[in-house]
Amino acid sequence: MKDRPRIQDFDWALLAIVAAITGIGVLEIYSSTHASGMAGIQWKQLMWIGLGIAGMFLISQIDYHTLLDQAPGLYIFGIASLLVVLVIGHSRFGAKRWVPLVGGFNLQVSELMKLIIIIVLARYLSEVRTDRLTLTDLVKVGVITLVPVVLILKQPDLGTAMVLIPVAMLGAFLAGIEWKHAAIGVLLVGLMVPIGLNMRHYLKPYQQQRIETFLHPEEDQRGAGYQVLQSEIAVGSGGFWGKGFGKGSQNQLGFVPVRYSDFILAALAEEMGFIGVCVVLLLYLGLILRLVDNAQKAKDKAGMFVVMGVTAILGFHVLVNAAMVIGYVPVTGIPLPLMSYGGSATAFVFLALGLVMNVRMRRFVN
Amino acid sequence: MSPSWSGNDQKIPLGRLALVSYASVIFVVLLLIGFWKLQVVQSGHFADLAERNRVRSIPIIAPRGPMLDREGRILVDSFPSTSILLLRDDPKLLARSIPQIEEGLGISKEDLKQQIEAAKNEPKFQPIVIKPVATMPDIAFVESHRADLPVLELMLVQRRRYPYAEMLANGVGYVGEVSPQDMDRPDSHYRPGDIVGKAGLEKQYNNVLEGTDGMRRVIVNSVGKAVRTLDNVEAIPGKPIQLTIDLDLQTVAEADMADKEGSVVAMDARTGDILAMVSRPTFDPNDFAVRIPQDEWQKLNSDLETPLLNRAIQAQLAPGSVFKIVMATAMLETKAVPETMTVFCPGYATFYGRQFKCHVFGKGGHGEVDLHKAIVQSCDIYFYNVGKGLGIDRISFYANALGLGHRTGIDLPSEEPGLVPSEDWAQKVFHRKWYAGETISVSVGQGAVTTTPIQLARMIAGVASGGMLVEPHLLKNFPNPHVDHFTISDDTVEKVTQGMYGVVNEGGTAAGAKLQNVEFCGKSGSAQVIGYDVRNRLGKQKQFKDNAWFVGYAPRRNPDIVVAVLVQGGEHGGAVAGPIARDLVKAYYDKKNARSQQQAKMQPPDQPSPPRPLIATVGAHQP
Repeated sequence: MKDRPRIQDFDWALLAIVAAITGIGVLEIYSSTHASGMAGIQWKQLMWIGLGIAGMFLISQIDYHTLLDQAPGLYIFGIASLLVVLVIGHSRFGAKRWVPLVGGFNLQVSELMKLIIIIVLARYLSEVRTDRLTLTDLVKVGVITLVPVVLILKQPDLGTAMVLIPVAMLGAFLAGIEWKHAAIGVLLVGLMVPIGLNMRHYLKPYQQQRIETFLHPEEDQRGAGYQVLQSEIAVGSGGFWGKGFGKGSQNQLGFVPVRYSDFILAALAEEMGFIGVCVVLLLYLGLILRLVDNAQKAKDKAGMFVVMGVTAILGFHVLVNAAMVIGYVPVTGIPLPLMSYGGSATAFVFLALGLVMNVRMRRFVN
Repeated sequence: MSPSWSGNDQKIPLGRLALVSYASVIFVVLLLIGFWKLQVVQSGHFADLAERNRVRSIPIIAPRGPMLDREGRILVDSFPSTSILLLRDDPKLLARSIPQIEEGLGISKEDLKQQIEAAKNEPKFQPIVIKPVATMPDIAFVESHRADLPVLELMLVQRRRYPYAEMLANGVGYVGEVSPQDMDRPDSHYRPGDIVGKAGLEKQYNNVLEGTDGMRRVIVNSVGKAVRTLDNVEAIPGKPIQLTIDLDLQTVAEADMADKEGSVVAMDARTGDILAMVSRPTFDPNDFAVRIPQDEWQKLNSDLETPLLNRAIQAQLAPGSVFKIVMATAMLETKAVPETMTVFCPGYATFYGRQFKCHVFGKGGHGEVDLHKAIVQSCDIYFYNVGKGLGIDRISFYANALGLGHRTGIDLPSEEPGLVPSEDWAQKVFHRKWYAGETISVSVGQGAVTTTPIQLARMIAGVASGGMLVEPHLLKNFPNPHVDHFTISDDTVEKVTQGMYGVVNEGGTAAGAKLQNVEFCGKSGSAQVIGYDVRNRLGKQKQFKDNAWFVGYAPRRNPDIVVAVLVQGGEHGGAVAGPIARDLVKAYYDKKNARSQQQAKMQPPDQPSPPRPLIATVGAHQP
């Protein structure tokens, strides 16, 4: 037994997988943008990755128990920030998500909320001392989660709002949700879908359109349906071996929407083919399995919940993004973690990985 | 140190974590199956779509060949212009863009939809032309909306230009968009919006004039900007055609007819070359060079004065006294009526119980008339008697032999045949027998007989040349013009041409048309549009005025040039139509003389002759 956490106890295998994924991501960002007006953004992405790694080390140094101690305060801070964003936030792409920071950086508050919800739920669920999650606790978990979800939906950012839900669901599952409660939950969600579809008139126009597009993609070829179609064309035309790095016409001529960000997997699928997609998705599977391994080896339930919270968010991102690229789910603006270009999203992933390292480093510490 | 919620006494749910791992594997496998379906199973389909995204085909329009006059002067040509294309690869996008296009380019929704509908059977990658001639604001609109209106594309086109506007318009014809019927023909290579000849020479020689369009395939990016050219199939320009028209003579004829209704045809009597062809009223073919607005087209078509009718070949009218040349020829050739016959003309005569008038009725009569005087003074009474002696079938035979009653074969579409009546014709068309009284009317070119100006020019030239009936044509290199040889005895030719010489030169009906130094001959005609009785009942209205005819030629035998003039409502053939024919004949000889003088003087070796001024002055006015 050691008495002090050490850097050597970082999960270097996990970091190797992360390095591989980010490397491929940066290359594809370069390929997608080098001939356009956005040329050079791979350097900005590398800078974000560097900042993220620094943040990862920093966050791993603060004992996660200390962080969990601050959970109520963090939660209040997070909710307050979301309210501030709603009032004064920058509008970008028709949504208020950004808080201006000094030095020209904009922080997407909802990314911060992802980290906070992981910590808050880990704290709450680890206080449940039994293997059973009572209905009261389940409802409380639901309320804790839904408050920020609703606030983020107001921004409006359907994608990030949805991302919080799997943290709660996976947490509840691991905390020992009773099967009948789970069944009722599934049933409720099943009922919500048709109701939600009927309620779509209350959604923002662009959200309505996305749902319409998902239900009838062929009717809207220049809007969101056009994006999905172009993405599918890119993926499909890539074939088994791909068209070659920098040679995808859908990608290079700009037919793939936001090809350096949300649709980067479509750009990669076109240029690297099915083979490239296999490599990337298996890397992500390796990442998830490695995270679960870390959860299994956590010193306590609190650590496990932290790691699995991170796993829930990353897994959900990968699943929904990849399914979106091939037209299996609606376009919701969920990026592919570690590959899509974007500062806040990249920073979030590294900070989340910092939490994982935090837990891992302390598994032997008494 | 350890708060209540912390501690390693809690059991980690290893089983449930394992379930999460299995679920992850299953999700990744499902995703890979999804990618497999797109990238392996359907990759061909999507590769196709990607290619269609990236490659755009833009036609390169071949310019139509120009039309030149007999001396190589340009009558019709083409000039480059910009058209706006509508790309139809993406029907949904197309439907959504329509309101914006309507607003930006001022094309109505209905019009657009109709055009899209018309092209629905064409391959989707073939764009259609929605604005044949784009203005600068149109071009700016397309350029500035490349991103949000990628369905629009600019194309360089060749537009038809008629620099002389209305001159020769009915002969030249006009171009327009290919009709659906033309596209449906099995041998058709046309696409919607293609420009083809619709009338006149544009139609007749369309396959010479039209070139072969090329195709440029470009790579475009997602906002429709061409990034790179894939390949270029150059357009093959249409071939020029040289016409027999002499711009100088045409100019004279146009000027003379400017304020009249009718037609002028001037023809080289030996070759059948049409030197000038005028039809009035007419139109400006430049109006058709682009798509003609529907209302404009309606106006032209419903115009009572029928400007689209080429009167030179389509006006089927009673020839009046010009027909007497047919009668005289038949009389002398058949000898059914003795050539020495004389008739006394008191101004009228009675046949079969009905009174027929001479054109001098009311002003006395012609007195004692023989054949020569009958032609010179155009005595109707004399030819009534000739007709009575010949009978309709002999008249019909000679009229037909001299080219009346059937098409001359001129290289223009829609020529009319005219009509030469006969007993058979009466039987066939009206299922009745021919009345002898009708023969009397036909004898002076009235009644059922109708002719076109071109037929009369050919007939007169045929008689004066001893029976050589040339095939009129407008193409200079017309392959083997056909000549009908109908032998007329020299004696007949001599007598009839002497008569026609007298019409102009011996104080005849066209004495005012006399020319110095030129043996200008001819025959006038003033043809009733309706019977005298009917006209008297309706009163003197313009549309019932007699049509004035004059067919003149020179010299008296084996003529160089023949000119047929029709002035509708002109009343007096010799006085109104005669001078027009004279002007053309004069211009023809003035030019011929000027050229031979010039050649004699200069004789420039291997030098093209400098442009000559138009010769339009008329000197030899005579009372």
